[in-house]
Amino acid sequence: MAELLALTALEAHQAMVAGELDPGEYADAWRQAAAGDQLNAYLWREGDGDGGAIAIERPSIAPVAVKDIFCTEGVPTTAGSRILEGYRPPYTSTAVRRLLEAGAPVLGKTNMDEFAMGSSNENSAYGPVLNPWDHGRVPGGSSGGSAAVVAGGLAPWAIGTDTGGSIRQPAALCGIVGLKPTYGAISRYGMIAFASSLDQCGPLTRDVSDAALMLAMLQGGDPCDSTSVGLPATPALPDREDLSGLRFGVPGELASDAIEPGVREVFETTLAKIEQLGGEVAEIALPHAEHGISAYYVIAPAEASSNLARYDGVRYGMRAESSGDVIEMYEQTRAQGFGAEVKRRIMLGTYALSSGYYDAYYGQAQKVRTKIATDFATAFADVDFVVTPTSPSVAFKLGEKTDDPLAMYLNDFFTVPMSLAGIPAISIPAGLAEPAGGGPQLPVGFQIAAPAFAEQKLLGAAYALEQGIGFDARPEGVPNG
Amino acid sequence: MAELEAVIGLEIHVQLATKTKMFCGCELSFGDEPNVHTCPVCLAHPGVLPVVNEQAIHYALKIAAALECEVAERSIFHRKNYFYPDSPKAYQISQYDIPIAGAGKLGDIRIHRAHLEEDAAKMIHVGESGRIHGSGASLVDFNRGGTPLVEIVTEPDLRSAAEAAAWARLLRETVRQLGVSDVNMEEGSLRVDGNISVRPAGSEELGTKTELKNMNSFRFLERGIEAELARQRELVEAGGTVEQETLHFHPEDGSLHPLRSKEEAHDYRYFPEPDLVPIVPTEAMLREARESLPELPAARAERYREQLGLAEDVAALLAADPETASYFEQTAKRADGVEARVVANWVTGELAAALRQEGGEASASESKVDSGALAALVAMVQEKKISHGSGKTVLAALVNEGGDPAAIVEREGLAQISDSGELESIVAAAVDANPEAAEQIRAGNGKAIGAIVGAVMKETKGRADGGEVNRLIRGKLGL
Repeated sequence: MAELLALTALEAHQAMVAGELDPGEYADAWRQAAAGDQLNAYLWREGDGDGGAIAIERPSIAPVAVKDIFCTEGVPTTAGSRILEGYRPPYTSTAVRRLLEAGAPVLGKTNMDEFAMGSSNENSAYGPVLNPWDHGRVPGGSSGGSAAVVAGGLAPWAIGTDTGGSIRQPAALCGIVGLKPTYGAISRYGMIAFASSLDQCGPLTRDVSDAALMLAMLQGGDPCDSTSVGLPATPALPDREDLSGLRFGVPGELASDAIEPGVREVFETTLAKIEQLGGEVAEIALPHAEHGISAYYVIAPAEASSNLARYDGVRYGMRAESSGDVIEMYEQTRAQGFGAEVKRRIMLGTYALSSGYYDAYYGQAQKVRTKIATDFATAFADVDFVVTPTSPSVAFKLGEKTDDPLAMYLNDFFTVPMSLAGIPAISIPAGLAEPAGGGPQLPVGFQIAAPAFAEQKLLGAAYALEQGIGFDARPEGVPNG
Repeated sequence: MAELEAVIGLEIHVQLATKTKMFCGCELSFGDEPNVHTCPVCLAHPGVLPVVNEQAIHYALKIAAALECEVAERSIFHRKNYFYPDSPKAYQISQYDIPIAGAGKLGDIRIHRAHLEEDAAKMIHVGESGRIHGSGASLVDFNRGGTPLVEIVTEPDLRSAAEAAAWARLLRETVRQLGVSDVNMEEGSLRVDGNISVRPAGSEELGTKTELKNMNSFRFLERGIEAELARQRELVEAGGTVEQETLHFHPEDGSLHPLRSKEEAHDYRYFPEPDLVPIVPTEAMLREARESLPELPAARAERYREQLGLAEDVAALLAADPETASYFEQTAKRADGVEARVVANWVTGELAAALRQEGGEASASESKVDSGALAALVAMVQEKKISHGSGKTVLAALVNEGGDPAAIVEREGLAQISDSGELESIVAAAVDANPEAAEQIRAGNGKAIGAIVGAVMKETKGRADGGEVNRLIRGKLGL
């Protein structure tokens, strides 16, 4: 069985196409692996009992772990929140429907930060996910469950959502590939909204080829999502051998002291690898990127405050016992149903949209957002890609940053600007580094960002670099090809 | 103190008669079992997204064209956030600072703007209060939730309750003829709210306004505004000031009550709806909207006044309903040598009265009197072939049985008495039979002639020409 689980999704797919691998047998092996979850990474698994099922006609591709933010008809969908406990959606999200239509069964629903708000998975109402590399550390977030199952040998691949780094950062902290496509590449229909103008679905996979294969299944315009347009063409499997003729821009402004020495070292080594592969490395300017976090933490909470207003206990989900009127019932339900971080952001967002403050906060943040997008456009006139470390640190310890929201928010420093600009970015594992406080080595992610809708080119470069780096470490005990 | 002038603006919600709701595929309905026309989108399940109804945009563009509004090249939706059970998302998707339609006009009243939005669900409050406060329980019917609405806002150009009601009728007819709404006030597919204030006549400044709601007929609209104007005038004349508030009109007793609900001063935290893209009408869409417009009541009334010389009220009456207008125009065309003005008076006067007399609901166009018959009848009266009185008799017969007026004249023997000798002797006899009236006429009381004319008409069974009879009586009396 270990041999089966060591295959990447693409390898398994090729074996199935060649008739050398039985899709049902392969999916069963993964169901068995998922059943042994020691990471609190799954919230629901097929075969858990009374939890419903996600029907598929004929599996023909590797089963997928799905972040619990995607609605699945008849199957519990919580978004990591108490307020949606017991909720079984009456419909299935477009992303999951596309996977099913492509022949990929759903293996299970993965744990996450409540409503995708968090960078450590410690904001889940159902307990934190553990990092498969070190169970005392966080897997990152908010798609921590999806990253942990792929890295921990509990799923061949997974989908997650990225609002300010929620795919890329956990991918980096778990040593796998995470891709946030261009805003609009994949339908958001049925993906529980956190910040609508930023949320985007994407793959978390073992390698770049799997990410390309998954993207090909997911992408496309959807009549149910007016903001979706799909990619100009279905992505092909990447096969680029070197990086000759490509220019990689390193933002001068991101030479932040906040980067751990180990992370910085891997980043520098990767830049050298780029040059070795024939690529060119140049310094570029993103003068407004440093304001990204500030703008993000106005825009995202503002949209969230409105998106989360529907959870009132009336039509679905949890309802608090209340003897008072409807307003009191709303208040009790929301007081008991939401966690601290969600409440913090609802309050921040409500304030930012309030009459008299709108221009100073939301209006101003939108201006910053436009400037950051312009910064990228200017940079892309000079370089093909912008590269940064994905996260300033390797995986940190559980509880290390829970009391300091600002320190937690800084995890998104390198990932937020791309989200604000709506452009695609991928994190690939670039090496291992010792944490700042010492201890066993942990994965470091390298982020590559490209202009909007340039996914094919991005995947090509990421693939060539991945081959050049040759990262093949996996957590102890996880089958390795 | 200077006399107080009424300043009234209207906000009109028009439910569009599209096939489906504004942002989802649920069918529109009225009076169906509660909560059968719902889906994850209009119940605001997690993860759903709105998609704009294309037909609603076409309808809004038609309304914009009819109201001569400027159409925004690019308009956007906002979210209006509030917690209330009639709004499952806890926000209404509406247009805020960039509506689809800007300044326009209908008749003499300027339009401020018109925008697209979605209707709220219907709340039914169980208990005596009939409102959410103090009710035993409240039920929500989501069938209505998400129905497309166009909200039309006028400038404060109206100066009386009667003018407001008359203009609102014109608007309803205009929208009805566009075919984009049922415009039924009782069913709520047309809802009219008033923004009402008073100010010293001649002043340019606006007084503090109140918003008046729940007037579900034109009669109530007029009465409600009348009552609110009276309240404000009394208040201001007594030295008080008007408070800005929302008032609910109670048609049962004509009273006004302040509304306590979501409409209390609220911060709606508007922000651009990130789930939708801007509406950018193409030139073809705008052309289609303009070209699909029928001749609308205001334009038709103007044509009747300017080209046909009709009086303003008669023109407005005929122009309001396209069927009646078309009936009038056909009749006028067929009535050779008769001025359109005369035909118009017959349609709005004699014919309308005859139809009312019959108690029928039928309009002129639906009646048994076809336009050719009316044209022939009017021509006979005009040519003095029959008297005006006989004309009415023939018309009554036509309303009852239809047919050819000439045949009825023949059958009833209504042809005018053309032998002046015969008429003269009847007049002489009538004067002799009414000496008192004759004395009064001689003494200068012109009205007294009615008694003698009446006697002549009775004797001739109305077959005499009234003008001729008058002339003969005066001659007989030597006047």
